[in-house]
Parts: sequence; structure tokens; C-alpha cells
Amino acid sequence: MRSFFLYLVFLTVPSLAMEGTAPLKTVDWSFNGIFGTFDRASLQRGFQVYKEVCASCHSMKLLSYRNLEGIGYTPNQVKAIAQTYEVQDGPNDDGEMFMRPGKPKDRFFQPYANDQAARAANNGALPPDLSLITKAREGGADYVYSLLTGYAEAPVNEKPMVGLYYNPYFSAHWIAMIPPLSDDMIEYQDGTPATVDQMAQDVTTFLAWASEPEIEVRKQWGFRIIIFLFIFSIVMFFINARIWARLEK
Amino acid sequence: MANVKKSSTLSKDSNRIAKWIDYRLPILSFLKAEAVDYPTPRNLNYWWNFGSLAGITLVIMILTGIWLAMHYTPHTAHAFESVERIMRDVNYGWLLRYIHMNGASMFFIVVYVHMFRGLFYGSYKKPRELLWIFGVLILLLMMATAFMGYVLPWGQMSFWGATVITNLFSAIPLVGDSIVTLLWGGFSVDNPTLNRFFALHYLFPFLIVGLVFLHLVALHTHGSNNPTGVEAKKPSDKIPFHPYYTVKDILGLVIFLTIWGAFVFFAPNFFGEPDNYIPADPLVTPPHIVPEWYFLPFYAILRSIPDKLGGVVLMFSAVFVMFIIPWLDTSPVRSGRYRPLYKIAYVFFLVACVALGWAGAQEAEGVPLLVSRLATAYYFAFFLILMPVLGFIEKPLPVPESLQESKRKKGAGR
Ligand code: HEC
Ligand code: HEM
Repeated sequence: MRSFFLYLVFLTVPSLAMEGTAPLKTVDWSFNGIFGTFDRASLQRGFQVYKEVCASCHSMKLLSYRNLEGIGYTPNQVKAIAQTYEVQDGPNDDGEMFMRPGKPKDRFFQPYANDQAARAANNGALPPDLSLITKAREGGADYVYSLLTGYAEAPVNEKPMVGLYYNPYFSAHWIAMIPPLSDDMIEYQDGTPATVDQMAQDVTTFLAWASEPEIEVRKQWGFRIIIFLFIFSIVMFFINARIWARLEK
Repeated sequence: MANVKKSSTLSKDSNRIAKWIDYRLPILSFLKAEAVDYPTPRNLNYWWNFGSLAGITLVIMILTGIWLAMHYTPHTAHAFESVERIMRDVNYGWLLRYIHMNGASMFFIVVYVHMFRGLFYGSYKKPRELLWIFGVLILLLMMATAFMGYVLPWGQMSFWGATVITNLFSAIPLVGDSIVTLLWGGFSVDNPTLNRFFALHYLFPFLIVGLVFLHLVALHTHGSNNPTGVEAKKPSDKIPFHPYYTVKDILGLVIFLTIWGAFVFFAPNFFGEPDNYIPADPLVTPPHIVPEWYFLPFYAILRSIPDKLGGVVLMFSAVFVMFIIPWLDTSPVRSGRYRPLYKIAYVFFLVACVALGWAGAQEAEGVPLLVSRLATAYYFAFFLILMPVLGFIEKPLPVPESLQESKRKKGAGR
């Protein structure tokens, strides 16, 4: 019986799907295309935005501080970043847990002890982990960028919702995340003006890297291997033609 | 062909060790007979490349799969993270995983083309019925393997796909609920389910290897069919497999690997669903639960029937009907090339399959539902009505006497 109910659920679920969302804003990301690479300066600014803004609500459980070498920090810089966090370790020889400064091998600091605590602090909504966010949403980086810059005055036909903010890019149009970015809320270390648009682009670049840190190597390899296979195909084409020509005689 | 001499021996100038081994275990002369000298029709076209492509894909899937399994953890609490560890921390883990993940799609493309080839050229007809049946069995096992493989990363689609599909079995009267409990190893999709799916996902590809072996033995008993459907009669109709088809197969393989590689390196998630990068959560149903693309036609057939049991029966029939194709086709002519009416029916069948695939990805209502119903009706009518009836009413075109003749005629036409 219960399974029959589930069956009904899956038949009806698609028809309950949301009415359309706004078409995404598209950005010409440096990591798009066959030769795409990450803009290191943008990655580091993006990490700063994540660290100073998003990290108070969103975890990135799949990343460790050592991974930051991938965005151009030196091992010493990574060590310094990790040390600014207090991490629980243990048990020690006395069987006690203890706090120590973070090390590069530690996972990113998590803002909440568990999902329940996260929900309790956010009006019942769970801020999703951001480690894979650009892979886990239709539209990828463009979606995240559109969402971050897409908060707007709700049109009159949308019923206002308490504790939610209007954002036409979000599937339900009303999102529990307060608009996280505002002009000059942080001061970039490299002096770039911290406009909402700039911060949104930078943090999205950082999140895209976090989701697919292999992108640059993958595309470099891909380029070489595809060229190799392509030439190999042409060679085989001629060898094949030559061998089959023997039959015509 | 039986009258072409197949048993060959090693050539006189082969290596002494090779001769020593072969005298005791004739494996080398066997390979020479089956892979080098093997007499093959001279007129095979590129649709005949897909069998060897499927075989190589299977080998690549097994190799990448074994290496993935060395790093994968089949536990609901660790599976998702272990896959991400493969992507991030294992050397070239991303490469292994993307080859394996896209390989599943490539495998189905290749096998579907391979089957459509057989369907057009009548390759299932006497004396190749068993050969065809082994093929359908391979398809069934592949489907089971791919379905269980998709569950392993334990993302949202893994979990909900598994929930929806395993629930289908509860439609079976009397034993349905017990079957579902057995599949789950409990009362919902959970850790025991993941464990048994992993065990079976590891096992099934090796069963497929066994079936592929039988498939090849059956193939080599009577040799390949060919585009004319006429059995090779004269010795000049056949050529040795090597070098002609070895080169041609390598050419096909390299082109195929280029396409596979393009997906792996530049669009690795093209065939995937973003939702599967969200860890499984039994409390949150994703808005769209869709199976992988290669199941969409069958999914559309399932949903074209308002009754659950009816839908399930029809979906399984869509595969099982393929077992009896050799006896449904009544035409005396083998190849679709010389069958004007069958050709038309076949083109519509292709269209129906594509339409089903499209409808399977839409919501089951309105136009897509109508399309899936019409296409489902045609799917079964093609096998159960057109195949038997066309054989009687169709007037086939004249069939060539020999393969060489057909080749020359085609050349002259060009
Ligand atoms: C005050 C806490 C808070 C801060 C700060 C915050 N978020 Fe969120 N975020 C949330 C909550 C809560 C949700 C869940 C929204 C929902 O489900 O309605 C969310 C959801 C999201 C989503 C997912 C939307 C979806 O499609 O499900 C993304 C992406 C996101 N946040 C990115 C960011 C980024 C990038 C930053 C930093 C610039 C940031 N957030 C800062 C609380 C926050
Ligand atoms: C018939 C051949 C095979 C097919 C069609 C197949 C199909 C699949 C599919 C569709 C996935 C999910 C991919 C994803 O979303 O990540 C998968 C995952 C997996 N497969 Fe296979 N597979 C085959 C052979 C094998 C073999 C022989 C092994 C070795 C034991 C194996 C081990 C794995 C593992 C460990 C995973 C999970 C890791 C991952 O998700 O990438 N597979 N398989």
C-alpha cells in the first residue's frame, strides 16, 4: 500500500513543479570553453568573499585548507589561513578532547554543529553545503551568479512571504537567504572595488573551482588527447583505404 | 560458413615456444582461426563496427570499474564522499570516474545501434536465433548493471531513482511486496540496498562477459550476416578477418574514442543530472525524478498506461518481445534492403523509439502522454502485427546472387 502511494507521488510530482524561473544572466567565465582556466586573482578574491560573508551560514565540507594551494596560495599562506581557526582534536592521552589551531589538512571550518542547528538559525531553511553547488544546480555558475545578483522588488502579483526574499531565479521565487551581498561590505586585499556584481562574480568563480578543481588539468589533457586521437583517426582512415584497395584488384 | 576451412594451424615459421605451447594447448591456432583467418563476408558496412566497439567498451568499463571500486565505500554515510574523494584526492580519479560514467552512456549508444543494425538486416533470422537471444540477455543484464551503478554514488537521483524503480515490483500480485523487501534488504532503500547493489554491480559485468563469449561462439558458428542478407556461397564472397576488418575496427574504435573523450574531457556531466551532486536525502523528494536517458523509452512505455501493473507488464514486455522476434518475422527475405514495406515500417519504428525517449523525459500529461501512447502502440504493433503480416503481403525486390556481385553493382551505380 505504501509503495503504491509512493508510485502516485512520483506520477504527480512532475506536474507540481514550479512555474518558470527567469532566464539566467550569462557571464563569459574565464573557465568556460576548451582552453578555459581560472583567473587566480578572482579565485582569491572569491575565497575572501566566501570566508568573510558566506561562511557564516554555508559549510564547504569537501574542502580542506590545503586545497587552497590550488587557487595560488603558497604553503605558508595556507598554514596562516588555517591557523586563524580553532579546531577540536583528540582525544589526547588523558582521553580529553582539546582545541588547537587549524592545520592545512583540516577540513574547512563549519558554521553549525549540525543541520538542525543550521535550520534553527535560519528560519527553518537549511543553507546548503557549497562544495559542489555549481555542479548541483541546473545552469551551474550562471545560476549562482544570477541568484546572488537577482534579488528584486517583488511584482504585485506575487504574494509576499514572511521571512522570505523575492528572487526570480530561485525555483520557488521566494528564498530564505537574506540578500548576502551589498556594495563595499568587504574590503578586497588587492584594492578591487567591492561592488555586488564584482563580489558575485568572484565568489562564483571560487565556487566553480571548488566544485570542479580538476577543470584546468582536465581541459589541458583533453585538448592533447583529442588532437592525438583525431590524427590517429586520419592515419587509420588512409591505412584502411589502402588495405581495402587490395580487394579491388 | 561450414564449408570454408576454418581450422588453421600455426604457420611453419612461427616461434618454437609458440609451437610447443600450441601442440599442448591449441590456444594460438584457435586465436589464429577465430581472429586472424576467420572468413568474413567481404561487403560489411560500418554498421558492423558496433559489435567490436561494444566489446571494447565492456572491457574499459570493467577496468575503470575495478579501479573505482578500490576507492569506493558502499555505505550510505560514506558513498557520496568516497566518490568525491575519487574526484578530488585520488590521482587521476576524476579521469577514471568520468570515463566510467560517460562509458555507461557510450555503451548504450553502441549497443542500441548494434541492435538496430540487426533489426534492419534481419540478423536474427535462421540460423542466428540464439545469437540474437544472447544479445537480448546481454541488454537485460546491462540495464540491471547500469541501474545499480547509478545508485552507487548515493546522490538524490541515485536514491530516488532506486526507490521509484524498485517500487515497481510491488505491482506484481501476491509476491510483489516480498520481492521489493528482498531487493531492499529491509523496508526501504537503505544501507543493505546499497551493499547488495554494489555486490551485484561488481558481479553482473562478468556475467555479461560470459554471455558475450556465448554470443561470439554462436556468431562464429555460421559467420556474420551481411548487408544483402544473402549467405556467402562462393569462397570469393569471404575475406580473412585480418587485416581487412582488424584495420576497419581500429578505425571505428579511434573515432569512437574521440567522441567518448570529447565528453569525458569537455562535457563530463552532459548525460548526468545536477541533482545527483546533492547527497541522498530520504526526506526531500526532488521535483523531477528522471531515469538515465537510456531508460527513457521504457520509462515512457511504463507511464503510458494509467494502471500500475499494466504499465510494469508493458515495460517488461517491451524488452521480452525481442526474444521472439526471430519467430515473428515471416519474410523469406533477410535484409531490409530488399523489403520496400518493411523499410517504411522500420523507419517509423525508429521514429517511435525516439519519440518515446523524448516523452519519457517530459511530464506524463498532455501532448507527451499522447505521444507516448501512440508510440507505445506502434512499438508493439511493429513487432506483433507488422513483422508477421508484412512477410506475407510484401513483394521483395530481387536479391543478388553473390556478395561480390552486389558489391560490383553498387560500385557501378556510384
Ligand atoms: C545569513 C545566512 C546566509 C548567508 C550569509 C549566505 N547564505 Fe546562501 N543560503 C542561506 C539559506 C538559509 C539558504 C537556503 C534558502 C532556501 O532554501 O530558501 C541559502 C541558499 C543558498 C544557495 C542555494 C540556492 C538554491 O538553489 O537552492 C546558494 C547558491 C547560496 N545560498 C549561495 C550563497 C553565497 C555565495 C553566499 C555568500 C555570498 C551566501 N549564500 C551567503 C543563508 C545564507
Ligand atoms: C557492464 C558494464 C558496466 C556498466 C554499464 C556500469 C555502469 C555504471 C554507472 C551508470 C555508474 C554510475 C556513474 C556515476 O553516476 O558516477 C557506475 C558506477 C560505478 N561502477 Fe560501474 N558499470 C559497469 C561495470 C563496472 C565494473 C566491472 C565495476 C567494478 C567492480 C564497476 C564499479 C563501479 C563503481 C565502484 C561505481 C561507483 C563510482 C561512481 O559513481 O563513479 N562498474 N557504473
